[in-house]
Amino acid sequence: MDTNKNLYTVIYSTVLVVVVAVVLALASYLLKDKQERNIEIETKQMVLKSVHLGTEAATAADKAKYIEDLYSKYIKDTTIQEGDITLQMYICTLDTKDRIYILPVHGTGLWGPIWGYVALKNDFNTIYGTTLDHKGETPGLGAEINTPAFCKQFEGKQIFENGNFVSILVVKGGADPTAVNQVDAISGGTITSKAVEAMLKNNLTEYLNFFKANLKEPAPVVPAADSTMTVPADTTKAAIKTPIK
Amino acid sequence: MNKKIFTEPLFKGNPITVLVLGICSALAVTTKLEPAIVMAISVTIVTGFSSFIISLIRNTIPNRIRIIVQLVVVAMLVILVDQILKAYSYEVSKQLSVFVGLIITNCIIMGRIEAFALGNKPFPSLIDGLANGFGYGIILVVIAFVREFFGSGTLFGIQIIPLNWYLKNGGFYENNGLMILPPMALILIGLIIWVQRSISKDLIEK
Repeated sequence: MDTNKNLYTVIYSTVLVVVVAVVLALASYLLKDKQERNIEIETKQMVLKSVHLGTEAATAADKAKYIEDLYSKYIKDTTIQEGDITLQMYICTLDTKDRIYILPVHGTGLWGPIWGYVALKNDFNTIYGTTLDHKGETPGLGAEINTPAFCKQFEGKQIFENGNFVSILVVKGGADPTAVNQVDAISGGTITSKAVEAMLKNNLTEYLNFFKANLKEPAPVVPAADSTMTVPADTTKAAIKTPIK
Repeated sequence: MNKKIFTEPLFKGNPITVLVLGICSALAVTTKLEPAIVMAISVTIVTGFSSFIISLIRNTIPNRIRIIVQLVVVAMLVILVDQILKAYSYEVSKQLSVFVGLIITNCIIMGRIEAFALGNKPFPSLIDGLANGFGYGIILVVIAFVREFFGSGTLFGIQIIPLNWYLKNGGFYENNGLMILPPMALILIGLIIWVQRSISKDLIEK
């Protein structure tokens, strides 16, 4: 058979593409449930990790069950309404009855999305724990943002300074050890480090009204400081409408 | 004959150090041992099966769209590997991220299909593909071992160098930051090529 005829070439490529498409569609269909389950467990594990729970997941006999059990025991999903925007939030009640507020954060890294969970103590200022993750940052460099060593730096840091919202600064060349809102950037991963900083700032800003509305004893606010906050004061009511149950 | 096809790419015809193919991913995924090994296995599977499939259909492929047909087959296998990793080895698939997709562009695969699978029977082609994957894998593991050990003080993520040796804990040791940067992988590949050519002098060009 002459394999160089035009008709042969067209039919050949059509058949090939259809066969390949069927194989891939089948694989995607068969593996979908398992992949989605992995993602769900992964998300729950990240939420738990931000409040230092689920640390034995790697050694647990049935990791999925272990994570689900812990999650249903400690974590409650909720949303808050901020004007037109619905903000996701997770509330964790620790064994000590202390409430921890876990806020999801999303941003863009160097190569793809980065995301994470920031757990705040009920003063809405001190960070209790953080987990960060990424889609495709450079291994060994930007990818290091999901290591415990990097995430641990955020613990005990404060997102307000003298009543002003400053978020957390990721400082290249080493954070000032006395600063309450600075952490070290990753050597060689500057763009990803800066992306983490921007992500925290952008996402936490959205919750500022909620923080104000639910703070029982507000931190002393310097009056002039309000101008630096990006959310206008009159939307505060929206946050009060949905107090935490 | 098949034995020679298998052993050749491991040393004398190693795809990375002799043919100098697949360097790109060798730089990218070798900061840690675990992703390097999974990458090596993934590439081995893709090279083996793509050579096998192409060899099976080699007499039917229209010559004018030869490269496109090869790419479609390789891309299909890479997507399958990616999907399976996501379902059964989620942690590792996250670490490898984009590099699994980039196996498509790994020159070793297209190189072996063009140089071997198009002119040989399916079984020898399968062996040739797998052996080239192994040859690639050996170099990846060696480089990842050196880079993870000296760059992070760990192997497979487990701390090997005692923590109290470190300067910050009052010791005398510091991880070599250069190790985790891509240039060091290139330097290491250079050193491996040097060692290999010192051992077998016939690889040196006149």
